[in-house]
Amino acid sequence: MPDRITMQVTRYRPEEESGESVQEYEVPCPKDWVVLDGLNYIKDRLDGSLSYRWSCRMGVCGSCGMTVNGEPKLTCETFLSEYGSGPVRVEPLKNFPVIRDLVVEIGDFMRKLVMVKPWMIRDQEKPVSEGEYLQTPNELDEYKQFSMCINCMLCYSACPIYGLEPGFIGPAAIALAQRYNLDSRDEGSAERLDVLSEHDGIWGCTFVGECTEVCPKHVDPAGAIQRYKLTAALAGLKSFVLPRSAR
Amino acid sequence: MAKRSLEPMLWLLFSAGGVVSALLVPILVLLLGIAFPLGWLSAPNYEHLFAIVRHPLTRVALFGVCVLSLFHGAHRFRFTLYDGLQIKHLNELINLFCYGGAIVLSIWAGYLLWRLS
Amino acid sequence: MSEHLRDHPAEHPGYTEYHPRWLRRRPSTYWWLERRAYVSFITRELSSIFIAWFIVYLLLFIRAVSRGDASYQQFLAWSRHPVVLVLNVVTFLFVVFHAFTWFNLAPKAMVVHVGGKPLPASVISASNYAAWVAATAFVVWLLLGG
Repeated sequence: MPDRITMQVTRYRPEEESGESVQEYEVPCPKDWVVLDGLNYIKDRLDGSLSYRWSCRMGVCGSCGMTVNGEPKLTCETFLSEYGSGPVRVEPLKNFPVIRDLVVEIGDFMRKLVMVKPWMIRDQEKPVSEGEYLQTPNELDEYKQFSMCINCMLCYSACPIYGLEPGFIGPAAIALAQRYNLDSRDEGSAERLDVLSEHDGIWGCTFVGECTEVCPKHVDPAGAIQRYKLTAALAGLKSFVLPRSAR
Repeated sequence: MAKRSLEPMLWLLFSAGGVVSALLVPILVLLLGIAFPLGWLSAPNYEHLFAIVRHPLTRVALFGVCVLSLFHGAHRFRFTLYDGLQIKHLNELINLFCYGGAIVLSIWAGYLLWRLS
Repeated sequence: MSEHLRDHPAEHPGYTEYHPRWLRRRPSTYWWLERRAYVSFITRELSSIFIAWFIVYLLLFIRAVSRGDASYQQFLAWSRHPVVLVLNVVTFLFVVFHAFTWFNLAPKAMVVHVGGKPLPASVISASNYAAWVAATAFVVWLLLGG
């Protein structure tokens, strides 16, 4: 086990340069250090100008997503020791515009998340006096996996369609829509269908499956999307065959 | 009311075609394209083969297999062109080529199977 | 503009505000070679070409059969031509790859509930494979036996 490792970090300083460059830093490599520890060491001791996002450092906030040796990873969960003697290449998350160094612009993702209406939609709200909505463990299991998303965007980074297709809503947003569609307390499936079934909404997905592979929370967005394709297609068929029974 | 897009229907055709082609095409390629020409397995004698092919059930089944597989292939190839070659701006041409091709070949299939004496 | 963008995001899919200094990296033309998973994916997608070819071959086969024994034998002879044979072998490989990937992924789209709980994915896959074996056996029996 080497006690130092080289980190090759992508830099982009818009006020000084028009493109990206790579800067190398040598950092200590204790066996419990993660890539984020390396970046923090760089910022604290070697080069204070390095910019990057992080927060909880324990894999629940979704802030520290970056491309490490070509793979989208949460840098707080990726051990430096995984890379042997190195070097470890750290780049900003793919498929997003870069604001500076390792910081990417996530506005498109935030807008798409809102587009799928990720909140409980009911025809009639139950007044508090009538008590809680009851849900069985089986009903909870239907959507629980899709509720684990931490919005880290690793799936968007892994998805080639998101990189190619501006209108594609993307794995996390669709999985979140499913989290609500499959929740027994929700009644908003029809409303979400309108947004999702737009041409590029979900139909751009060709089931590459990389989104599920990189998800640190095992949400399985690919599964959510395929399942939703079937639901949406059958709904479309039904409205075609029985137009009057649709809204 | 979802905007009337053809995409959901095309996806259903693609899915049905995927199932049908996955179930039946491998063995058909093996037998019709490799084993019979090479004589690995004694190809059925002509009368037997003709009797099977001209049976109305076979003709309907074959038509189904052809149409669904063609649309499956067309749909998948269309997206391969969009994403693989990044030529989505030519989407009208691509759609015409893919689905148009599938329609033309389906018509040919229908004609052949109908006209089987 | 940004107010309209904020309040009506669905009307501007994929839009990011113009900012001259944000670095936008376009996917490479060869993005599908960058990861093993992408190569595997594009191979699977290319099976579509071979499915289409086989249907053409099948229709030619049917046409040959419909024209009599001599025509059928001639067709078989044509199929022995190295180019056609190699094409069909390659087609067979791609089509089998399609079948395996399809049956392995099918459970993702099809969630079947029995008694309130979804069936495990392995059950759905297994039943797909069983159907594949049955369909194959049926075709073999039909063409070689019956």
